[in-house]
Amino acid sequence: MIEVEDVYFTYPSGVEALKGVSLTIRDGEFVAIMGENGAGKTTLVKHFNGLLKPTRGRVLVDGVETTKVSVATLARKVGFVFQNPDHQLFCETVDEEIAFALKNFGFNQDVIEKRVSWALNLLGLSQYRKTSPFMLSGGERKRVALASVLAWDPKILILDEPTIGQDYQQKEKLRQFILQMNAQEKTVVIVTHDVEFVAECNPRVLLMRGGKIVADGEARKVLTNPEVLEQASIVPPQIAQIFLNLSDLGFPRDVIDVYEAREVLLKAFRSQKQ
Amino acid sequence: MPWKALMAIIETKNLTYTYPGAAWPAIKEVSIKIEKGEFTLITGPSGCGKTTLCRCFNGLIPHFYQGELKGEITVAGLKVQEHPVYEMATHVGMVFQNPENQLFALSVEKDVAFGLENLGVPREEIRKRVDWALKLTDIYELRERTPTELSGGQQQRVAIASVLAMQPEVIVLDEPTSFLDPLGAKKIFEVIYELNKKLGITIVLVEHRLDLTAKYADHIIIMDGGRVVLEGEPHEVLSSEEARLIGVGIPKATRLYKMLKADGVKLGGKVPLSSEEMAEKIREALKSRD
Amino acid sequence: MSFFDGLRFRRVSSPIHNLDPRIKFIYACVIFAVAIIFWQLLPLVALFVLQIPLVLVAGVKRQWIRSMKGAAFLASIIFFTNFFVSFMSAGYRVTFTALESALAMTLRFLVLLGSFSIFFLTTSPDHLGLALEQSRVPYEFCFAFTTAVRFVPVLAEEAQTIMDAQKARGLELEKGNFLKRVRNYIPILIPLIVSAIRRSLELAEAMESRAWGATKKRTNLYVLKLRRGDYLFAAITAGILAAAIFIRLHFYIPRLEELLTGTI
Repeated sequence: MIEVEDVYFTYPSGVEALKGVSLTIRDGEFVAIMGENGAGKTTLVKHFNGLLKPTRGRVLVDGVETTKVSVATLARKVGFVFQNPDHQLFCETVDEEIAFALKNFGFNQDVIEKRVSWALNLLGLSQYRKTSPFMLSGGERKRVALASVLAWDPKILILDEPTIGQDYQQKEKLRQFILQMNAQEKTVVIVTHDVEFVAECNPRVLLMRGGKIVADGEARKVLTNPEVLEQASIVPPQIAQIFLNLSDLGFPRDVIDVYEAREVLLKAFRSQKQ
Repeated sequence: MPWKALMAIIETKNLTYTYPGAAWPAIKEVSIKIEKGEFTLITGPSGCGKTTLCRCFNGLIPHFYQGELKGEITVAGLKVQEHPVYEMATHVGMVFQNPENQLFALSVEKDVAFGLENLGVPREEIRKRVDWALKLTDIYELRERTPTELSGGQQQRVAIASVLAMQPEVIVLDEPTSFLDPLGAKKIFEVIYELNKKLGITIVLVEHRLDLTAKYADHIIIMDGGRVVLEGEPHEVLSSEEARLIGVGIPKATRLYKMLKADGVKLGGKVPLSSEEMAEKIREALKSRD
Repeated sequence: MSFFDGLRFRRVSSPIHNLDPRIKFIYACVIFAVAIIFWQLLPLVALFVLQIPLVLVAGVKRQWIRSMKGAAFLASIIFFTNFFVSFMSAGYRVTFTALESALAMTLRFLVLLGSFSIFFLTTSPDHLGLALEQSRVPYEFCFAFTTAVRFVPVLAEEAQTIMDAQKARGLELEKGNFLKRVRNYIPILIPLIVSAIRRSLELAEAMESRAWGATKKRTNLYVLKLRRGDYLFAAITAGILAAAIFIRLHFYIPRLEELLTGTI
């Protein structure tokens, strides 16, 4: 569980990035943090594993205040996958890359080998085991970065902008993967501004603007509220746009999923026929 | 489309290119024709060769990347193999994915002037064209800022202005909005759509996110494995079964339309690409049954 | 938004900032020359005090004081070595002459530093690049200079991100003995170098696409033109130089001893 209590954060340069954020993320939740660039999304999640410590207020991970323990200790629980895989890949082979964190955490050799194989398998990277990560494509590098964090099986997984530069199929695979992780009781937090992706996943959505949280709730509620979305510089997902457009005809406003949209419309057309 | 009768501004015949040291060609026997004034969307899964094809349009391939280029490519009447990049650059402007890595100067207007300075254009003319480009991209007030003070969306508009100032016939944009937030992205698409409509500049846009862009396009090219696999008018191409199988991100409005059609609901006219088009169709269908 | 915001270049405006960088550079050189032709304390103090109005007009008081403070240690070394040398050569006696010459050396250093600080604090890198260009320095060099200024904060930010990414994977930089600590930086250096190479390739591509190298006769959007203020400042500079030479040749300047004991 992550508890954020009235957190303020100011960078040494004087930029106030968080201005009184409070929230609780329970175990097993799936949360998407959204908002325009510079709204404080990444600053907020960097507090979850102690990379940043609040200037005021406090952050607790499973009841432990983040100022009391090292990043390395928190990282065992909170896995953080950065946006750009090139900011972390440095080993000669993919399996060394995945073993890096395991060595840092002091796992013994047998366990390391087992966990590396497990993570490679999970993300379909087994054939690249001995390949240099720098020889892989962008999408594959992203998967290596993800595998290198999943390897130590953190309870909470944070993904910063996981869909940037990904094509439709890669996003679809990522979505399946996140849902699978979430089904295994892992807490998943994604930072993103990809509305269509969030609409397909239907997580809890936190909207941020200017260092504050401006909305918190189910995706189908938050992403269909044009006033709040506008504030956070987010455009509603396409299905929501259709239903907002048709709200005067008595259609529900809170539809974001294409399958649900189909059901609603079919019902409307059928009732008209009779 | 009235301009179909006009000349092609980009034409390739059996274009095949292999990067130096690569085992396979990155694009294979690509034959396409882009007409003057068209808004063309190129899409396809990662690694399908979209970016490589764009690099051929202004001569980065073969001049900068070397490697082996076979087949024919003519852009703005010039055979790309025979003209250096700096000459092609006056006809084809390129905007890249990462806004940060295409701005070199310490002020916006200096960046916009960069290409013209390289070409040795006289100062008064540079000033005129820089101001013109800044106004068209709606960043005139930002002209004295440094790039690090700008948002990603603003930086990307500077990049567009800086190729616009060179008054090219074609502007090629390679996933220009992947790093931007939705409103920043929307603004970019509106700016390039306006350049296309008002100035008749030919636009070639590479994008994954068809939800946001399909509605602007006159022409869509879908690539897969280095080849062009589908090409034509967007409504037709995106509603085809092939497009779905390749796995491009078909707009949700289009998907919804197709699902309803399969369920036996008849919505008239062309396949919708945007939410407005889809909402309009539903509205009409419900009315006509009253 | 990052820890490295301070490195970012920001455009500031003041009468001093707006002066032509070439004139400011000449000014700094003239002040240094004048500092050399005097060895007495009085004119050197006057010269130092002369810098203060410029600092105030430019509005860079805090930064200027910071750079003077930074120099304090070096200044005291200069003072003590000079003083010690004359102390010994005077047969281990403290003399006014020894004190004055040591103080004069120190003040010369401070005047040099003070005037060049004004130059660097009030000249934006792009102006400096432009001045270099118009002084016929090859364009490639000027371009490298301004691009470096442009990308230093970007790279610094990137280094911070890489450090965060590796810390999130359990890397502890401060752990272990000296050798281990050095090795701890490998996971940071390699991604940093790889990213820099990728970045420079992208930059090269963007430059090519904007007609880099099209002609040897490159033009420039900006041109440094001397304006009224520049002429005025140049005249003041020339005045200072002329006055200094005149005073040096025709006036008697009291020494420290005479000032303190009143024996003029």
